[in-house]
Amino acid sequence: MEEASKNLCKINDNTYEVPLGYRPGMRVPGRIFVSAALRDMVEPGTVDQVANVATLPGIVKYSMAMPDAHLGYGFPIGGVAAFREEGGIISPGGVGFDINCGVRLLRCDLRAEVVQPRINTLIEALFQAIPSGLGATGRLHATDRQLTEAFISGARWAVEEGYGFEADLTHCEESGGMDGADPEQVSLKARKRGRPQLGTLGSGNHFLEIQRVEEIYDHDVARQFGLFKGQITVMIHCGSRGAGHQICTDHLDVLSRAVRKYKIDIPDKQLACAPLGSPEARQYFGGMVCAANYAWANRHIIAHWTREVFEKYFPGSRLDLVYDVAHNVAKIEEHNVDGKRERLYVHRKGATRAFGPSRDEVPAAYRSVGQPVIIPGSMGTSSYVLCGSDAALDLTFGSACHGAGRVMSRSQALRQFTGKSVKAALDREGIVVKATSPGMLAEEAPQVYKPSGDVVDVVHNLGIATRVARLVPLGVSKG
Amino acid sequence: MIAFEYLEHTADVMFRAYGKTAEEMLCNAASALFQAMVDPTTIAAQESWTVELEGDDLEDLAYRWLSEIIFLFETESAVFSTFSLQLKQDEKMRLYGKIGGERIDLGRHAFENEVKAVTRHKFGIKKNQIWCIQVVLDV
Repeated sequence: MEEASKNLCKINDNTYEVPLGYRPGMRVPGRIFVSAALRDMVEPGTVDQVANVATLPGIVKYSMAMPDAHLGYGFPIGGVAAFREEGGIISPGGVGFDINCGVRLLRCDLRAEVVQPRINTLIEALFQAIPSGLGATGRLHATDRQLTEAFISGARWAVEEGYGFEADLTHCEESGGMDGADPEQVSLKARKRGRPQLGTLGSGNHFLEIQRVEEIYDHDVARQFGLFKGQITVMIHCGSRGAGHQICTDHLDVLSRAVRKYKIDIPDKQLACAPLGSPEARQYFGGMVCAANYAWANRHIIAHWTREVFEKYFPGSRLDLVYDVAHNVAKIEEHNVDGKRERLYVHRKGATRAFGPSRDEVPAAYRSVGQPVIIPGSMGTSSYVLCGSDAALDLTFGSACHGAGRVMSRSQALRQFTGKSVKAALDREGIVVKATSPGMLAEEAPQVYKPSGDVVDVVHNLGIATRVARLVPLGVSKG
Repeated sequence: MIAFEYLEHTADVMFRAYGKTAEEMLCNAASALFQAMVDPTTIAAQESWTVELEGDDLEDLAYRWLSEIIFLFETESAVFSTFSLQLKQDEKMRLYGKIGGERIDLGRHAFENEVKAVTRHKFGIKKNQIWCIQVVLDV
């Protein structure tokens, strides 16, 4: 690990540069936003991946990695890169298989002392109400037509079907649905995987968590976000399920051919890509947007069922949407580059958009402060709510971290922990966990992640996004 | 010759699978993919599924074969433990596979991972004395 760190040039306490020439073909330097302590946790492979992304055509400014960066495939996890519309590319390597994996935060009007005594019952009821885990299929039984509608209009479709409220939409990134969906780019296989899974949480690191607001750092912004100390919040972390995975798989196939066709030299096959404006690029974008919209619909439906459970146990309680963020997506955004306004394809893979007050994309309710940036902790540790800032626009194309970031491999985790031992440790802390496959808890043990507070400190100190509140888990429902 | 081995990878599952023939290597790769999720000794090959695929070359076909297994796992809600296949070459390279397994029963099949997809990161096939495929799975 020290080997990779040695090749990094320190720019300031929280910024390290991967210099041009770290590997041949780099068009721009890399920037890794970490503190000295986190820098030592960055694996050499992660630095290599930052450098690989820097070789892609049309990349602007830097190939970047957020403080939670770790080894991925194609881009590192925590990777951010923007490409010019003219001469640039789009790559599923910068989005990932779980397109629009993201996080949604709901605020309850109840205080923790009201909810906590019934946390076991509540988690059990949520676990029953929201299908999760392997092989889970939805309660929804969507038709083919409904699936197409979900691909085209995302959360808006869900609202029209009676899930959630119109007001929720303004509290989602992209209002819960991106423009440009092309259902023709979704294969029958992707439809077959996606249709039964609409309205399911999935497995792995996906979860639904009941939390308590433990600490408020910025009272003014917290008030704007509707958060107060001692309040109950619900966090939902999931994505586009098999639909997104298959859409990515299918288009990787097409784009692998495209790199040969357009003679693009890529250092990693997962960075398969196509020039923006080419049919292959348009097709991938159209398919990717379908998956992104599916994910927003999915989180919307899950939030609706969560509200139903709360209504049953706490009649009259409210669960309002704070915000819903995507952390695996490529989007067309305007940014200032060398004093000029340019349309860029910003890829965020394991990174959250963190726009400040100057951006029109921030919903009206938050325009005076900036968008909420939701950073889930690992299981059993704190999650954070931050506020996007205009400083992020210059530094990171308006991006921040997306979580804690893994430091331990899954196999190592399985050697050190068992599902049982992890559950027992959480029990001791009073955190209720319900999981379909308890064996999968081991590899999500809190110790396999970097301390989320350290990651958030870097983002805060750089001014990319500032701390607003810290949330602690009371109960978790997992796949 | 070992059938396959897992290598260290921080976030995902990486393995190498071997074979005296390309066919054997691909079957062992399928076993490695599945064993990353669930203990194969808990799976009875009660049912079988057939697979027919084509690709430009062996690497292309290998990627499709492993992706197809994930597709079947999800859409058939089934777990697999036996794999056999034949490769044929005409203007394309073709794969005819047979997969044995059973429907998922969470009471008996204890999952340690869920494989979402086969990545192309570090994906490659080599032949020296024996065939070897390297794969990184997204979990």
